[in-house]
Amino acid sequence: MVHKSADQNLLGELRSFLGDRARDGEFELGLYSKDGSVLEGNPMIVCLPVNTEEVQQIVTVCRKHHRPFLARGSGTGLAGGAVPVGDPVVIATAKMNKILEVDLQNRIAWVEPGVLNLDLSRELSPLGFHFAPDPSSQQVCSIGGNVANNSGGPHCLAYGVTSAHVLAIEVVLPDGRIAVLGDLTAEPPGYDLRGIFVGSEGTMGVATKVAVRLTPNPPEIRTLLLDFADVRDGAATVSAIIAAGLIPAALEMMDQRAIEMVEAFVNAGYPTDADAVLLVEIDGLAGGVEHGIEVVRAVAARHHVGSVRVAADDAERDLLWKGRKNAFGAVARIKPDYYLHDTVVPRGKLVEVLEKVYRIADAHDLIAVNVFHAGDGNLHPILAYDSKEKGVLERVHAAGRAIVTASIEAGGVLSGEHGIGLEKRDYMGMLFSAHDMATQDLVREAFDPDGLANPLKVLPSGSRCSDSFGQHVPDGAWV
Amino acid sequence: MSQRDAMQQEVDQFAKDVGASDPVTVVGGRTHWQVGGLPEPEAREVRAPEGVWAHEPEEMTVRCGAGTTLGQLSEELARHGQMVPFDMDANATVGGVLAVGRSGFRRLRYGHVRDLVLQIRHIDHKGRIVSSGGPTVKNVSGYDLCRLLVGSLGKFGCIAEVTLRCLPIPETTQWFTGSLDPFELHKKLYRPSSILWNGLQVWVCLEGVASDVAAQAATFDFEEAPGPPPFPTVGRLSVEPRDLQRHVTSSKLACLAEVGVGIIHTNEVTHSRSIPEVNLSLMRELEERLDPNGRLNPGRQVLNR
Ligand SMILES: Cc1cc2nc3c(=O)[nH]c(=O)nc-3n(C[C@H](O)[C@H](O)[C@H](O)COP(=O)(O)OP(=O)(O)OC[C@H]3O[C@@H](n4cnc5c(N)ncnc54)[C@H](O)[C@@H]3O)c2cc1C
Ligand SMILES: Cc1cc2nc3c(=O)[nH]c(=O)nc-3n(C[C@H](O)[C@H](O)[C@H](O)COP(=O)(O)OP(=O)(O)OC[C@H]3O[C@@H](n4cnc5c(N)ncnc54)[C@H](O)[C@@H]3O)c2cc1C
Repeated sequence: MVHKSADQNLLGELRSFLGDRARDGEFELGLYSKDGSVLEGNPMIVCLPVNTEEVQQIVTVCRKHHRPFLARGSGTGLAGGAVPVGDPVVIATAKMNKILEVDLQNRIAWVEPGVLNLDLSRELSPLGFHFAPDPSSQQVCSIGGNVANNSGGPHCLAYGVTSAHVLAIEVVLPDGRIAVLGDLTAEPPGYDLRGIFVGSEGTMGVATKVAVRLTPNPPEIRTLLLDFADVRDGAATVSAIIAAGLIPAALEMMDQRAIEMVEAFVNAGYPTDADAVLLVEIDGLAGGVEHGIEVVRAVAARHHVGSVRVAADDAERDLLWKGRKNAFGAVARIKPDYYLHDTVVPRGKLVEVLEKVYRIADAHDLIAVNVFHAGDGNLHPILAYDSKEKGVLERVHAAGRAIVTASIEAGGVLSGEHGIGLEKRDYMGMLFSAHDMATQDLVREAFDPDGLANPLKVLPSGSRCSDSFGQHVPDGAWV
Repeated sequence: MSQRDAMQQEVDQFAKDVGASDPVTVVGGRTHWQVGGLPEPEAREVRAPEGVWAHEPEEMTVRCGAGTTLGQLSEELARHGQMVPFDMDANATVGGVLAVGRSGFRRLRYGHVRDLVLQIRHIDHKGRIVSSGGPTVKNVSGYDLCRLLVGSLGKFGCIAEVTLRCLPIPETTQWFTGSLDPFELHKKLYRPSSILWNGLQVWVCLEGVASDVAAQAATFDFEEAPGPPPFPTVGRLSVEPRDLQRHVTSSKLACLAEVGVGIIHTNEVTHSRSIPEVNLSLMRELEERLDPNGRLNPGRQVLNR
């Protein structure tokens, strides 16, 4: 990709306070032109601020030059949210990675946005707490990215997604002012600005500090692996567990291909002859955990479970989870590239939609692998492919569109946790009327009337009046 | 006519009632009619549709008209062993609870009411139906306007239809009382549902399987209590949990504090805290965009300084 050469006045101004932390080298720009999606954009300048004041200065300078800007965490987003479009200045939070304060009396921690999700939980662990949202990417993704995408993870089934775990956010608004949205009390006065900022994908400003809730570590944790000879029984077990009044801490499913792939990769002793496995985790006090295990056993027995393996110790538990959390890496054993999808369907429709996913993949001559958050109906079909094959990306995109359509038809939604970004912005019309979207845009405009913060994301082009930065959408965007 | 069509008709009718001109105010159960000040007298009163339209126990979701009372809702959910832990007056309506946006006394365990909201259809200032959020238990599709509607006192729109996440009714719910240090209890109990403290006495709500509740109670030498004590109703404060002790001990009139949450129910008159200038300007921008003529619940103030 050829990058537009940097506006030298802008670069000069940024360097006056950032020094060599404002960069326009070809290598650096290449690095920041992509995220975890297949999309690619073109940053003009990359800045690496170390504090709120620097972020404020960057935003102010960008405004003066009418130059869009874009916050970026670790770039693991899968919807193209951090892909720079409209030649923006990228504000990377990598150097804002300090845990500022752990306040046990309020059960919160103030952290900078670049702190990595797992680093935070590791730091809290000796105190008996953790940060509940645990995306599968938690070793590398940032808290700022979690906030912007309202991220989830396996344990969000019982504990809720990021929004339920963020009390306050210091933000540099698109006009350069600094605000703290929300506060450490239960009922901040006025409208819930914090709530609307969470999940706004960087389009309402740059988060510079986040007050996250600390969740106490459960006294007991048990992890079970259930295998089924028929994926339909596995899916029916998911619904039946919930209907039986049990909300496990996590309830994940893997299909036959995923099991094979993962087993070859981590040797966790997954049953490779099974059609599907469920990974169920139950936590809490001893009695509740025992009761939960009984419920799971009874429900699974009614649905023809093969075997029920209860992890005997932490080591075995870690091994079972290692398989789940490394599933994406394991795809490389089948094909060099993959496209990870994210939709939600009612739990009762899991089987129906899964079967459609396989048919869609077959029809497009692709391999579909399913590893997903079954407990909340959050499908993650992985389409494995080899980008060297001619025309393969068109097939991947066509299959993706068909999967999204099938999910919506089943009463589902566009995204459970990865967000809309660029990837799905032109699909918004499948779920929302033009007027719904225009109303959403009013809210965005209240924060960013000039449309400088992460332009061209979330809402389809045409639904905004302020899309003034060239309508260029990067190659490969399946919009 | 299918049930879905019938519901749609009710929502359409509500949209007509709200209309596109002159001031309106939605009436719920009138249980907290005075919050934010009374509406202007010329405001036309309208009522949101009522009825539990779809409870799907396997999905743990329920869709209902915003005018449905909490009593109706709990009765319907309890048939399948489920609940929405709002903990408020049975005559209050779902729309009213969300418009006011205050949480119930088991917030310590169940979180804020906003986290139970999945989808809202509301009527905007022009009388048009707007849908936000999604019907599934997990969703990040688009800007989640539900977050703004909760606690908006109806000033961003009239809530017509709501989809909520339900929870299983626990096997045991038991209140206890004693004269222990509430802050020690908060440290030592695992996920209690509520810890209430009036400065002298503590009430604790424990939920879960019977053996866990009994075991926790035995550790702390609790006495069973029939329920929470009466809540002082004159004022309501929310403070940082770490400042709670100071507020309670310096309170001159009766109060009851939610330990770990930081809400204090008191018989003293309380005033809403001031909103920082930058936040206030953003909030005004939102009001101007979502209700440019100020016809929704005029007279009431979310932004009283
Ligand atoms: C293998 C793999 C597994 C994954 N599993 C999950 C999963 O289980 N659950 C899940 O929810 N997601 C998952 N993801 C997606 C992704 O990891 C999450 O969305 C994550 O929260 C993104 O964080 P990030 O730091 O990489 O953000 P980035 O990709 O850098 O940015 C994402 C968005 O956030 C914005 N942003 C970043 N920082 C800020 C800030 N400080 N202020 C304002 N906006 C900001 C960006 O502009 C962009 O729109 C997975 C990704 C991969 C590659
Ligand atoms: C012990 C206890 C103490 C409480 N203390 C307080 C307290 O101090 N302060 C407090 O605010 N709440 C408090 N609550 C919460 C309160 O019970 C609910 O918020 C209340 O019941 C509102 O419901 P309602 O239907 O009676 O609304 P109403 O009293 O009829 O209306 C309240 C407001 O909501 C608006 N409204 C109603 N329905 C809609 C709709 N469909 N769309 C848009 N707007 C609508 C009305 O116009 C009005 O502004 C408490 C609850 C309990 C159990």
